[in-house]
Amino acid sequence: MSSFSVTDTSSRTKRIAGTLVIVYALITMLPLVWIGATGFKSPADAISYPPKVVFSPTLEGYVNLFTTRTRQTQEYLQNNPPTNWADEIVRQYDMVIVGPSKFGERFLNSVIIGFGSTFLSIFLGTLAAYAFSRFKIPLADDLLFFILSTRMMPPIAVAIPIFLMYRNLGLSDTHLGMILLYTAVNISLAVWLLKGFIDEIPREYEEAALIDGYTRFQAFYKVVLPQAATGIASTAIFCLIFAWNEYAFAVLLTSATAQTAPPFIPTIIGIGGLDWPAVAAGATLFLLPVMIFTIMLRKHLLRGITFGAVRK
Amino acid sequence: MAEVQLKNVSKSFADTSAITDMTFGIDDGEFVVLLGPTGAGKTTTLRLIAGLENCDAGSIEIDGTVVNHYTPAQRNVAMVFQQYSLYPHLSVRDNLAFPLRSPILKTPEDEITRKVNEVAEILHIPNKLDNKATELSGGEMQRVSIGRALVRDPAIFLMDEPLSSLDAKLRADLRVELKRLQAEMKKTLLYVTHDQIEAMTMASQIGVLDEGRLVQFGTPRDIYQNPNSTYVAARLGQPRINLLPSGLFGENGPQGASQIGLRPENIEVGKGRDAHILRVEHLGDQTRLHLKFVEHDLVTLIDAHSDYQEGETIQISAVDPLFFDAAGSRIS
Repeated sequence: MSSFSVTDTSSRTKRIAGTLVIVYALITMLPLVWIGATGFKSPADAISYPPKVVFSPTLEGYVNLFTTRTRQTQEYLQNNPPTNWADEIVRQYDMVIVGPSKFGERFLNSVIIGFGSTFLSIFLGTLAAYAFSRFKIPLADDLLFFILSTRMMPPIAVAIPIFLMYRNLGLSDTHLGMILLYTAVNISLAVWLLKGFIDEIPREYEEAALIDGYTRFQAFYKVVLPQAATGIASTAIFCLIFAWNEYAFAVLLTSATAQTAPPFIPTIIGIGGLDWPAVAAGATLFLLPVMIFTIMLRKHLLRGITFGAVRK
Repeated sequence: MAEVQLKNVSKSFADTSAITDMTFGIDDGEFVVLLGPTGAGKTTTLRLIAGLENCDAGSIEIDGTVVNHYTPAQRNVAMVFQQYSLYPHLSVRDNLAFPLRSPILKTPEDEITRKVNEVAEILHIPNKLDNKATELSGGEMQRVSIGRALVRDPAIFLMDEPLSSLDAKLRADLRVELKRLQAEMKKTLLYVTHDQIEAMTMASQIGVLDEGRLVQFGTPRDIYQNPNSTYVAARLGQPRINLLPSGLFGENGPQGASQIGLRPENIEVGKGRDAHILRVEHLGDQTRLHLKFVEHDLVTLIDAHSDYQEGETIQISAVDPLFFDAAGSRIS
C-alpha cells in the first residue's frame, strides 16, 4: 500500500484530470473546427442536414470571398475560355470573375487598426503605469480610479456622442479615428494591468542602473522593460483581442475607407444568396492573426493570467 | 579615487527625521564603516551620497565639488546593494559589463572583455560568466554584485550591508577578501553594517550612528577604548560592556560621574568585592562568567581552563573603568 502524499498526485487522479481537460478542449474547439471545415465545403454540403463530416473539399468559398463575380451568357462563356483555376471553379455556376472583392482591403484595415491601437495602448499604458508605480503623483489614487471608471459602462453607451464628435473632427471612417477609439477603450485595462506588473519589479534594479551611469529613461528602457516583458505581452494580447473583434463601433463609424473585417464579413451573405462557405472562409482567415500572435506570446501569457498570485 | 565630505547634512521623510546634522569626511583610500542598529540612518546616508535621495540641508562634496544637485550617474559612485540587485534578465558577463556600457563610460568592447575577465578572476567566478544572474548561489551573486562595482573606477565605493544575507562562513571569507581587495587596490570605501565584527576588522575609521546622528567617528581602536557615550561603548565589544552605578568598587570618579563602564577584560578576578557566580559558559577558547554583583548582572571573561562553579562567591575589582554622567556622556 502506498502512502498518501499531498504534493504527488496519484496516477488515477492524473488520468481523470487529463481526460477532463481533453474533453473540455474538444468541446471548445468544435465550433472552430466546424468553421474551418465549412470554408472548404461546397454551398450544398455546407447546409446539408445531417451535417457532412466527410466531404470533397473545394476552394469555392475562398474564391468567392476574394472575388466579385457576374453571371454570363453561354455564348460569352464558350468564346472566352477560363484564364485560371479560380475562374474555372466559378464557371460551373455560369459565372466569371470580374475583380477582387473588398475582403483583402478590409482585412488590412483590421490589421492596421488592431495592431496600431494595441501598440499605442501598450506604449501609453507602459509609460503611465511606470509613472504611477514609481513617482509621487498628486491625487494618484483618484487618477487611477478615473482611468478605471471609463470601463464602468459598456463603451457603446457613448456611441452617439462619439459619432457626433468624430463627424465634427473629421475622424469618421479614418484609420486614425478607429485607432484612437480602441486605444481609449483599452488604455484603462493596459494601465491597471501593467501597473500591477511594474509594481512587482523591485526599484533596486533601476537604482543600480542609475548608479551604473544610466539616465532614468535608459534605466526604464534597459532594466524595467525587459523584466516587464511578460506583463506587456499578456496585456497586448488582451488589447488586440478587443480591438480585433470589436463590431459595434466599426459598423457605426466606418464605411468605405476604414471598414474593418468584422462588419464586412456579414455583408458577404447579401451578395448572391447565403454563401456560407465564403463566410466561413472569411471567419477562418480572421481568426488567424490573433491565434498566431497568441501562440507567439503564449509562454508569457500563462504567467500573465496568474499574475499577482505568486511572487517570483 | 577621491575624498568625500558630508557637511551638516539633514534628511527627513514625511515627519520622521532620518539624518540630522551629519558631518564627516572620508579620505582618499580609506575604508570607513558606519555602524548602527536598524533605523539609525546608515542606508539613508549611502543613498544621499549616491544621489538616490536629495538632502534637505547641508552639502555633500566629492573631490571638493558640491554634488548636491548631480544625478547618481554624474557623481561617479559605485554601490553594492544588500539584496545584490543583479539584473535578472542578463548573464553574469552582461551584468558586469553593464556599467561599462553606460552612456557615460562608453567603453570599447575589447576593453570591456578584458576588464570583465580581470574582475571575474579576482572574485573567483570566471567559470560563471555565461550563467544567467539568477542561476547563482547567494555568495556568487554577492561576488558579481561587488564585481559590478569593481569594473569601474568610481570616486567611492558604497556598500550597504553586502554580507548580511550570507551564511556565517561565507561572510567571514568575503570579509577578509573585501578588506584585501580594498587595501591592494587602494580604493575609497564607505561600508555600512550593524555587525560590530565587520566594523572592527575592516574599517580604518568607524562612524557610530544613533537615530540619524553621528555620535562618534574615529579609528576602531579609539572607539573601542575611548567611547564618548554609553551608547557607543555598548555597540562595540562582545560580551557587551557592563554598566554600573559608580562607587560600588569604592573608586574615585571625576566630578559628576554617575555610571561606570567595565568591559569584561577590565574586571579582575581574585581580589576586591564579593560577587556571586550565576552561570559559567565554556566557549572553548574562553570562559564567560555571569555574575551577580550587589544587585547588578555582570559578565566577565576568564581563562578558558579555570574551573569555577555556579554558586561560588568570588572577589572582583575594577581596572581602568570608564566614567559616564547621568545622561550617558563620557567624563574623563
